[in-house]
Amino acid sequence: MSLLIRKPGILSTVQDLGRSGGRSFGINPSGVMDPAAARIVNTLLENDDSTALIETHFPAAEIEFDSPTVFAIGGADFAAELDAKQLANWSTALADKGSVLRFRNKSNGARAYIGVRGGFTLENWLESASTNLTAGLGGFSGRALKTGDVIECGPTGEYSPHTAGPSIVPLYNRFPALRAIAAPEFELLTATSEQEFRKQGFTLTSECDRMGFRLQGKPLHLLHRREMISAGVNFGTIQLLPDGQLIVLMADHQTSGGYPRIANVISVDLPLLAQCGPGDGVSFQIVTTEEAERLAMRFERELNFLRLGCRLQRLNAKH
Amino acid sequence: MGDLPRIFSLGDDCATVNFGNEISLELNSKAIGLATALNGTTFPGLVEAVPAYASVSVFFDPVVVRRAGIEHESAFETVSNLIVSTFNNLEREQIQIGRVVDISVDFGNESALDLGRVAEFAGTSAADVIEIFTSKTYRVYMLGFLPGFAYMGQVDVRIAVPRRDTPRTSVPRGSVGIAGSQTGIYPFRSPGGWQIIGRTNEEMFSLNRDPNSLLQPGDVVRFVPMS
Repeated sequence: MSLLIRKPGILSTVQDLGRSGGRSFGINPSGVMDPAAARIVNTLLENDDSTALIETHFPAAEIEFDSPTVFAIGGADFAAELDAKQLANWSTALADKGSVLRFRNKSNGARAYIGVRGGFTLENWLESASTNLTAGLGGFSGRALKTGDVIECGPTGEYSPHTAGPSIVPLYNRFPALRAIAAPEFELLTATSEQEFRKQGFTLTSECDRMGFRLQGKPLHLLHRREMISAGVNFGTIQLLPDGQLIVLMADHQTSGGYPRIANVISVDLPLLAQCGPGDGVSFQIVTTEEAERLAMRFERELNFLRLGCRLQRLNAKH
Repeated sequence: MGDLPRIFSLGDDCATVNFGNEISLELNSKAIGLATALNGTTFPGLVEAVPAYASVSVFFDPVVVRRAGIEHESAFETVSNLIVSTFNNLEREQIQIGRVVDISVDFGNESALDLGRVAEFAGTSAADVIEIFTSKTYRVYMLGFLPGFAYMGQVDVRIAVPRRDTPRTSVPRGSVGIAGSQTGIYPFRSPGGWQIIGRTNEEMFSLNRDPNSLLQPGDVVRFVPMS
């Protein structure tokens, strides 16, 4: 049971929900950029939440299955085809021995996820199979996938058709309004800049990668210039750079940073940002931690409904 | 230990507390002491507490915290209460002085890419720079930037040369660098702007060791010239 990478695409890596427990040693969490997509795909495949997937950008990977394999695709819509037959996102599918998965064009979003039922057989580092590209460790040989790579898979089990509905699938769009929680240095913004932060739109520049997205907008200012010593940062932390522009830290962010932390995108909205690319636009709305937690709990409930639904469907099919 | 400063959210899965905005032994000891104590608890949903120079960031899983916690209390409140009670129970004596770690360094020309520049900055000879650098010990304040990269201080003011104007696109693995009052060792080949004065063969980061990182927050490092 394995996948053959026939074409690697521009940046395809093995990722799961990230690596914890090593931040004190400078080990950044890595992990998928769009955790909602990864979790929905794994739920459809009846995998554990933390099962690793392939994250791919466009032009995307081309993959050959060496044996019948249950798989699913989520995240960006890159017009997937299995042996020239169109394939919908957010549904399980069965590949035959020798089947080839291709992606035809970029129709929506920036990164797609390919998961297989049973997951990949990879050695974990700190209980995670995420690829850490800076250290060259974790995932598949610590690097992005290359032509000819063969990824071993676990036992795939029997196929059962599952689909995720609109109650849980994120509504990706190119101009999302992102909710964020005020971060430690938010209060240091001038009153005008605070208004600007909430009101204006920001454009994603060409400097957007797995480490962070640089935004372009009317410059923001602090009440007084402040040199900060390095302190903790997080996935979604919005930092104010010395030139007044913002950067949002993404999955491959470092564990600490020295720029003022204005706000932090909430976890349920990170997937919307992760699916944007250069030229797209975002705006920010400040919400409370309570509201962010309420939304996170709601997503968790939807995911549980989907998990139960998949289990019931499999049981019914057997009767 | 004094009063605990205000606790802030850093996203819905992190709470952070800042003891001040300076690099000092006192603030760093508070940060490492609090993080160590928090990591020693078995609080449901706590992921990890991470010390920095003068702050601690506490990562948690809000869903697990809420399910295990008090009804109608937010995960942030629950974790904040844990941070406050842990801080209040910290005894000054509990803060352990870190281990002393010797690191042997080759200060030869091929390794010490910027030693000449540092000597010029200090208005002295390369030999004097090495003497000044190795005649004191350095505390590991925090790790970051790369897995196993320790931020250490304080470098003697005479050789506290600022970062290079143009960072190198590739600094060799094991390079020992200076950036102002800080010193650090690159565990991997990587881009970097610190002034390189030597190189070590020590494996700063290894998957065959637990923890992976040779250095830990609070350790004391002695640089020993390779003979």
